[in-house]
Amino acid sequence: MAVELTINGKAHTLDVDSAMPLLWAIRDIVGLTGTKYGCGKALCGTCVVHLDGQPVRSCNFPISAAAGRTITTIEGLSEDGNHPVQRAWREFNVPQCGYCQSGQIMSAAALLERNPKPSDADIDTAMSGNICRCGTYTRIRQAIHKAAEELA
Amino acid sequence: MSGIKRISRREFLDQTGRAGGGLVLALTLTACGRSGQDTPPAADGPPASAGRNVMPNVYVNIRDDGIVEIHCHRSEMGQGIRTCMPQVVADEMEADWDRIEVVQAPGDEKYGDQNTDGSTSIRRHFDLLRTAGASAREMLVTAAAASWGVPTTELVAREHAVHHEASGRSADFGELVAASDGIEVPESVDFKSAADYRYIGKPLDLLDNFVMSTGEAVYGIDVAIPEMLHASIERPPVLGGRVLTFDDQAALAVAGVRQVVRMPDFEAPPLYKPVGGVAVLADDSWSALRGREALSIEWDHGDNAIYDSEVYRRQLTETANRDGKVALQRGDVDAALADAERVVEADYYAPHLAHASMEPPAATARMTEDGGCEIWACTQDPQSVQQTVGALLGIDKQQVTVHVTLLGGGFGRKSKADFSAEAAFLARETGRPVKVTWTREDDIRNGYLHTVSAQHLKAGIDAQGNTTAWLHRSVFPSIGSTFSTEATGPGAGELGLGVTDNPFAIPNMRLESGDAEAHLRIGWLRSVSNIYHAFAVCGFADELAHAAGADPRDYLLQLAGPARTIDPNEDGAEYSNYGQSLETHPIDTARYAAVVNKVSEMAGWGRNLPEGRGLGIAVHRSFLSTVGTVAEVSVERGRLVVHELWFAIDAGLVVNPDRVAAQMEGAGIFGMSLALHGELTAKEGRVVEGNFDTYPVLRINEAPKAIHVHIMEVDAPPGGVGEPGVPPVAPAIVNAYFAATGNRVRELPLRNAGLA
Repeated sequence: MAVELTINGKAHTLDVDSAMPLLWAIRDIVGLTGTKYGCGKALCGTCVVHLDGQPVRSCNFPISAAAGRTITTIEGLSEDGNHPVQRAWREFNVPQCGYCQSGQIMSAAALLERNPKPSDADIDTAMSGNICRCGTYTRIRQAIHKAAEELA
Repeated sequence: MSGIKRISRREFLDQTGRAGGGLVLALTLTACGRSGQDTPPAADGPPASAGRNVMPNVYVNIRDDGIVEIHCHRSEMGQGIRTCMPQVVADEMEADWDRIEVVQAPGDEKYGDQNTDGSTSIRRHFDLLRTAGASAREMLVTAAAASWGVPTTELVAREHAVHHEASGRSADFGELVAASDGIEVPESVDFKSAADYRYIGKPLDLLDNFVMSTGEAVYGIDVAIPEMLHASIERPPVLGGRVLTFDDQAALAVAGVRQVVRMPDFEAPPLYKPVGGVAVLADDSWSALRGREALSIEWDHGDNAIYDSEVYRRQLTETANRDGKVALQRGDVDAALADAERVVEADYYAPHLAHASMEPPAATARMTEDGGCEIWACTQDPQSVQQTVGALLGIDKQQVTVHVTLLGGGFGRKSKADFSAEAAFLARETGRPVKVTWTREDDIRNGYLHTVSAQHLKAGIDAQGNTTAWLHRSVFPSIGSTFSTEATGPGAGELGLGVTDNPFAIPNMRLESGDAEAHLRIGWLRSVSNIYHAFAVCGFADELAHAAGADPRDYLLQLAGPARTIDPNEDGAEYSNYGQSLETHPIDTARYAAVVNKVSEMAGWGRNLPEGRGLGIAVHRSFLSTVGTVAEVSVERGRLVVHELWFAIDAGLVVNPDRVAAQMEGAGIFGMSLALHGELTAKEGRVVEGNFDTYPVLRINEAPKAIHVHIMEVDAPPGGVGEPGVPPVAPAIVNAYFAATGNRVRELPLRNAGLA
């Protein structure tokens, strides 16, 4: 089926299986590979994108449910890579392997949209769906606090 | 943080066809007067580019636009080597950090060892990288001297230029490329003194920070080339199983599916070969996955279908309680135990683990027109990819080109070339480029797993509270079983990871192993056998402290005994010290004690704690570095909470302290994952767990509120950093749990005790 949707401000018509998860459509069909596969079952958060501004796990979100809606991936979070969350990530040298960080950053940006001044407990709740196997969690907390200050 | 920024963004896929042409310089370094220094190999020739360039050795390419390319021959998997390796080269070369570009080197034996494991990148290559930088610097100085007609002694290289103070002349490195034509790379080089280091020892920002925060970073799973098919492989559920028959009609009926290919059958030993099964190839990942689900396969499960990890556990524990093969002996343990005031005995157990890097194994292959094969992979070891793929396809390994992408975690799993071999096989069979992507379930069930282990410990304590006898017996299937059907049990190398390198000043000691047969592919996982050995040794040391009525920190110092260095070979062990000399990298109890003291001081050891809270300490040397960990824990609503972790690491000289801190922070989380949650079980030969619901790893809500790291200032050559933080974490936690509750845990994970 043909699905019309907007990704990072650009209109796309994708002729794919309606059950195809948004993740694979974004990666294999559209060719944006910043959004990652990690589990395929909405367990790890590497695939988080924004759907009409809300964070969703694209790995088990059927493309048909995204029809007519607006998707933002890590590539579209900011024009020049300078969203306050991205800047804070670099300031604290958060990444190790970097693989999960697209999903972490998208979850963090969504958190700050709805809670501009999160506590550690708020961060833990909002970010507990995002696994980092390298173990960058303490720096993620620091970076989110810093980004919150920037946005304030 | 330093104010130094990255300038380079690497595109990984543009490195083909960049050989030949330009200026060739021979590098004829000798080891004369430079004991212990390695020699960076000469380059075949600089890569072709618009301008001129000069390549004094395989690691450095100086372009006439002034950019110094540093060719990183180690794989980046989160340890920061694409920043730290250039730090060393650029420092010795006096290159400006803002004018370097890191080029990821392909697999090629000209670089020497490229297998990025064993925490070796700095500890084994530090002098080599310094030599690479220093010889490039000296070559440029010589070129300037020749063109200016002045002696080299009047010239200095500083800040990306060569300067002649007397005349006030100076030339940028890029301006000296042409003058370097015909200049011999010097035979010997002087290293800068440590006081002059500009980058070594500084917490420089990650060069890959920017692309990792924008989604531009390219991992193995991200590779896409024209005409590529996406493959998903249904592998035998039991190691050694074979396809009897299969029906692919339904799979081929799935839209987007192009082809179904039977993989070559498994043959023991596993090596890095594909394990068999049936591959579905499609236009996109989703279609391949759907096609795979539609396959109908009848299997012969083979001999390993008997494997049951519960039964196996009882067998291992029984073996651990019988006399074993002696690996090290001093004094008379039996006599000392008979004379002891008190005998303490314990069995420790730790389960199988999966690496579960966030990026699963993924590789892309295409056959080339000249009969070769080109691979893009998230590999820790591109040369083993060349060898494995060459052997599988029956072509020379030199005909296998391997491009190394970023790795979304490795932890030892991606040292194995099997997933690249699968892609190469399918590329040949289909005549199309093929990307093989493992699912999370494939990764957890069909990997090269960290082994299960059982250990028995027994010690005698005299009336004064001194430990006078120590018996340690370790039983587990060897990593050797992956490479040989003859491997029957622990190898000397594995026993050297926490058994035979025991630092304790105990007069009577006997260290043994017991045989165990492998039923899964056994591999190495971040810190390898040190995980279970440190768990048992550090946990048991804590037990002895309590049995002796002593403070656990004080008792560690007592066990370590007087300041001295230890050579396990003197007591009959076959000990290899991680491939490096015991003279340069000794087992030094003074350094061990210093770590005990530092980490306990950091944590406020001995301070008053609220009821129900406890501190635990564990110290372990691995990969030539000693790491001490203190954990502060309590049990909240039945769950173990780790409030804070403290690390002190003695890794000798450190290149980038921020990356060392990051590795300790990461090791804390990795160690907590295996302490609290990590366990794979097997029934009827199959791994039961499959994804993060059944194989949980630590999440941010379980992470300590802070992880504190101190790097010991020690005048010693570099030790490893990526792995040594992991081993002390689990025992520090169980020791803290004992301090908090009086309950002793001798098996992992704590989840099985209802604590996570």
